[in-house]
Amino acid sequence: MHFEAPLPLQSGAALRDYALSYETYGTLNAHKSNAVLVCHALNASHHVAGVYADQANSEGWWDNMIGPGKALDTNRFFVIGINNLGSCFGSTGPMHTNPDTGKAYGADFPVVTVEDWVDAQARLLDALGIHKLAAVMGGSLGGMQALSWTLRYPERVGHALVIASAPNLNAENIAFNEVARRAIVTDPDFHGGHFYEHGVVPKRGLRIARMIGHITYLSDDVMNEKFGRQLRAAAQAAKDGKPEQLTSYLYSTQEAEFQIESYLRYQGDKFAEYFDANTYLLITRALDYFDPARNFGGDLDRALAAASCKFLIVSFTTDWRFAPKRSREIVKALLHNQRSVSYAEIDAPHGHDAFLLNDPRYKNVVRSYFDGVAKELTV
Amino acid sequence: MSDATIQRAIAELVPKGSRVLDLGCGDGAMLDYLQRERDCTGYGIEIADANVLACIARGVNVIQLNLDEGLAIFEDASFDVVLQIDTLQHLRNAEVMLRETARVGRVGIVAFPNFAHWPNRLSVLQGRMPVTKRLPYQWYDTPNIRVGTHADLADLAARNSLRVLDSFGLQEGRIVRFAPNWFAGTSVYKLAR
Repeated sequence: MHFEAPLPLQSGAALRDYALSYETYGTLNAHKSNAVLVCHALNASHHVAGVYADQANSEGWWDNMIGPGKALDTNRFFVIGINNLGSCFGSTGPMHTNPDTGKAYGADFPVVTVEDWVDAQARLLDALGIHKLAAVMGGSLGGMQALSWTLRYPERVGHALVIASAPNLNAENIAFNEVARRAIVTDPDFHGGHFYEHGVVPKRGLRIARMIGHITYLSDDVMNEKFGRQLRAAAQAAKDGKPEQLTSYLYSTQEAEFQIESYLRYQGDKFAEYFDANTYLLITRALDYFDPARNFGGDLDRALAAASCKFLIVSFTTDWRFAPKRSREIVKALLHNQRSVSYAEIDAPHGHDAFLLNDPRYKNVVRSYFDGVAKELTV
Repeated sequence: MSDATIQRAIAELVPKGSRVLDLGCGDGAMLDYLQRERDCTGYGIEIADANVLACIARGVNVIQLNLDEGLAIFEDASFDVVLQIDTLQHLRNAEVMLRETARVGRVGIVAFPNFAHWPNRLSVLQGRMPVTKRLPYQWYDTPNIRVGTHADLADLAARNSLRVLDSFGLQEGRIVRFAPNWFAGTSVYKLAR
């Protein structure tokens, strides 16, 4: 969907002539009361569920959660996925043409924040004629958008599901983002963000950014269970039907000796093929900047006073990137404001990635919560 | 507590329209009842996944927390009533939690199995730990790690400078005011700071 009118941004800049890619699932009811907005995290898109008929491996990123008969049941709800501004999956981003210069935005794409995304999403809902969302839902950075919705447009949200998220990033989290950004920015192929005109992609930086990200999304236990100290050569031998053979080290500093190295390199390569370097910078910055308590002297209690909807907060015990204690801060502030809130702390081993996985306890909590949301719908 | 009559007897102690925190709320039946029948609002605290799910399914606000970690996320006197129904006896930090109950609630209502109920005394006299309808566990697999009596709780309350607003026993769904330490399987205290 194309938008003429400039979108004022938190930075003071504005974005004009922009487009938002979105998908919808299910049917909007006559009262337009059953809409659920699903907000995406770092490397996802508006394609939250289902598959494209003509495309292999095109499953939506939250397909195990959203669909007919699933926890977020598209037989009952009208689900909307929107690709955020600055992303690289269809909505206007740094790879698109800047109407002011006629060239790709590159590094000149304005810095966008969680609040800017939420404002853009609200405009799209306006265009769809949806005034109030039955629920807004998101995990990680998507959870930050869901939380932001409840503060910027409290009258437009019935319920918010904030999963594996945080009221802001702590120093360690910003530090991880900064390592990723420096990897990209110092790649000689980055060209100050204007690499499109040089016909190159800073793949080395993107690979490293993805590798460090990936490490932080997993738990120590899961990584050990999945890879341990297994050697790549031993894994290959096992594949060839010679599992008992003790393979010797390669005694190389640069070959992928261990399976975990091979796995991270593979993930990095894959990511560098499809993700945009400027988008990575923008989205990690949006994560860093999100801090609704900032305008209230760091007082989250006061910041969340604006919210009026009901909340489900979910965290995962082994998630150290968005740890349960950060979710509990949100819960505490909502309790302070006497808001309706439930909080589930799922004992899952998978670290931050758990929010995308198919844990039955997690899914049942979300499903039961949406059962309650469905009961409140005016049909 | 599974017994609906006991649940109702305790619900009678909760003023209409109260803001309630139910520590160890189980499947949320008590809060559900208080919300429907007595216009209360509030939250349950639970640790068990299945109970958290049951609460969400019945529309009761629930916070998944381990009570042994305390009630730090709750502010002083932020609830009219804090319930601790059949929870105290499972807690390692029972004394701290008793204090916390009275800190977070203007009124704390505590119910727990009275170990001095006469059948229990009889059993111990015979040299055996009691196994009854109210205390159905064998000594080696009981989750009741704090075994106290109606009289004991009065001492613990005094030790922590808590006022006893009311106390009585419950037996077969009826309130026992005469010698509850002998004649009631369940002890109930209404406490305040």
